[in-house]
Amino acid sequence: MLEVKDLHVTVEGKEILKGLSLTINPGEVHAIMGPNGAGKSTLSAVIAGKDGYEVTSGSITFEGKDVLEMDIEERACAGLLLGFQYPVEIPGVKNIYLLKAALNAQRAARGEDEMPAPEFMKLVREKIKFMKMDSSFLQRAVNEGFSGGEKKRNEILQMLLLEPKLAMLDEIDSGLDIDAMKVVADGVNSLRDANRAILMVTHYQRLLDHIVPDVVHVLVDGRIVKTGGKELALELESRGYEWVLEESAA
Amino acid sequence: MSDEQTFLDALSARDTRRGAEPTWIAARRQAGAARFEALGFPTRRDEAFKYTDVRAIARGDFTLAQDAQDVAPLSPATAAALTLPLEALRLTFVDGIFAPELSDLAALPAGVSVEPLSQALADNHEAVGGALGRLAGVDFSPFTALNTAFAEEGAVIRLAPGSVVETPILVQFLSRANATPLMSHPRVLIEAGARSQATVIEHQVGEEGAANFSNLVSEVMLERGAILTHYKLQEASLKDLHVSSLHIDQGRDSRFTSFNLNLGGSLVRNDIVAELNAQGAETNYFGLFFAQGRQHVDNHTLVNHNAPHTFSNENYKGILGDRAHGVFNGKVVVRRDSQKIEAHQSNANLLLSDRAEIDTKPELEIYADDVKCSHGATTGQLDEEAIFALRARGIGEETARGLLTLAFAGEVMDQVALDAVAERVERTVAGKLPERFNLAGLVEVAAALDEE
Repeated sequence: MLEVKDLHVTVEGKEILKGLSLTINPGEVHAIMGPNGAGKSTLSAVIAGKDGYEVTSGSITFEGKDVLEMDIEERACAGLLLGFQYPVEIPGVKNIYLLKAALNAQRAARGEDEMPAPEFMKLVREKIKFMKMDSSFLQRAVNEGFSGGEKKRNEILQMLLLEPKLAMLDEIDSGLDIDAMKVVADGVNSLRDANRAILMVTHYQRLLDHIVPDVVHVLVDGRIVKTGGKELALELESRGYEWVLEESAA
Repeated sequence: MSDEQTFLDALSARDTRRGAEPTWIAARRQAGAARFEALGFPTRRDEAFKYTDVRAIARGDFTLAQDAQDVAPLSPATAAALTLPLEALRLTFVDGIFAPELSDLAALPAGVSVEPLSQALADNHEAVGGALGRLAGVDFSPFTALNTAFAEEGAVIRLAPGSVVETPILVQFLSRANATPLMSHPRVLIEAGARSQATVIEHQVGEEGAANFSNLVSEVMLERGAILTHYKLQEASLKDLHVSSLHIDQGRDSRFTSFNLNLGGSLVRNDIVAELNAQGAETNYFGLFFAQGRQHVDNHTLVNHNAPHTFSNENYKGILGDRAHGVFNGKVVVRRDSQKIEAHQSNANLLLSDRAEIDTKPELEIYADDVKCSHGATTGQLDEEAIFALRARGIGEETARGLLTLAFAGEVMDQVALDAVAERVERTVAGKLPERFNLAGLVEVAAALDEE
């Protein structure tokens, strides 16, 4: 589904990713862990198409298509969706409007008609209930005045509605208390199916107790230095990253 | 020949062609002409025109539509396309000349009169003479003087005490694309009796390529408790030159709300002046100016708090792209005895390009000591992070930018109660966005589902 090959990325002239390769198949949940500054957030930002990241070599393909040739919105419409670590506030744009415009843009890209209003509202209400959010959120400006936890729930709400093929979650657990973490994890888990994949970037094992990964990667200094099963995350939690570094250097 | 002389010659030529008029009108014309001649066109050395160069008007050679030989009539289809799609009492002028076939006053409710100025003068010129020119004297500006010298046509709207008009009154000024540049000097008079209530829309719009000069003066009188909402929707062609002044006189407990929405014109200057003459009077100025290319839009507003316990609130938003130039000058004057007043003013500007320019200046002159006043001005750009966030959900870049541009105007546009007006603004400012106006329907659907 997603194939990242020998990816080199520089930010403001500094090389952050130094030959990263990664394959994600449908149905899989991948977690990328690693120390601060390893390039974890860079990977998902590059895949989503954020400005300021220069790919100097390597490739990213999604379902056989060259992602680096696609516009930001094309990537989203193709099913690549990024859940932000710091969701941006958009004053003056109502949440309901964002949801509707995004859903219909994606439907249009697939050659589908707009979703009729009653059907749309029914769907939104179902999802918003699932995320234990109040429907008043729909009328509020996107993320404006939301707490950290509310912003993260809102990201997942968008995911639930837009149903991406590959959901990328950048430190979705940061700033969440345990209750909010459960709600967010339930949301993410509800996306899991045989045709969809999830890529999580996280610092902490805690998230992985709730969203159990199939594959765990350790990203250090711009490269994936170790890949394993869910037990690898536990090991990292108890032993830290030093041993991985030593092992990879050896 | 001086710039002024061209206009004075056009006036003399018109005077010989025009039929006999009541002496007071002739006297006013003379006074207007004399004042205009004495003042001359303003230059950048005049404080009030520091940022606005009117040479494109002063050096123009404009013909009155009445005297023009080669003007093609406006086709009904074109007129229909320009007309705002809303149910309204409608008065239409084409390059300053009344167009009865494009007007519709059939459903005029009792207690309301809406007439072309020429008709009002023919019916009872003395009833017009008392009010006309009371607020907009020839000293206000050379353009007001010029209007006074030329004005023959316009609208007279009178609301009897207690009359409430639900249907908006639309006065539209259409401008034709024409080989000879035309000029018009319309005059609008609105007299709102005690406790009357109405919405008046002045709509400037024209054919693409129209390159005419219009110089509008409007006078609005609100008696005790009257409530008037005034829209100016200026969508003139990008070659049109437009100057206007709107003068408001407010009695006790009256409320005036102005929407000054400017989307078109190559050179635009609007003045708005409200006199809050008795306690409880309230005025609200909402403004939006959107300019691109090399458009120049100047809004000068003034609120005179002449009495205690008066309120004013102003919010202007400017959106400027390309090499457009915007000017906002908001002045508030509080007289010495005008205690317990409240005056708030805000101007925010969005620059969509590096070469766009805004000159914004709040001016507060406060001579009373027990007042509540605030003002603020900001200028910024679109938030690129927000654009990315929208695109990362699948929304196209153009739509994302449009959406955020419109969101910037939100505080002003949210107050616009007329969808037909809001849609015109949205289309110009943001391009075609996906169904913003169906959101209201969505909310109703949500409410219905809540009740299930």
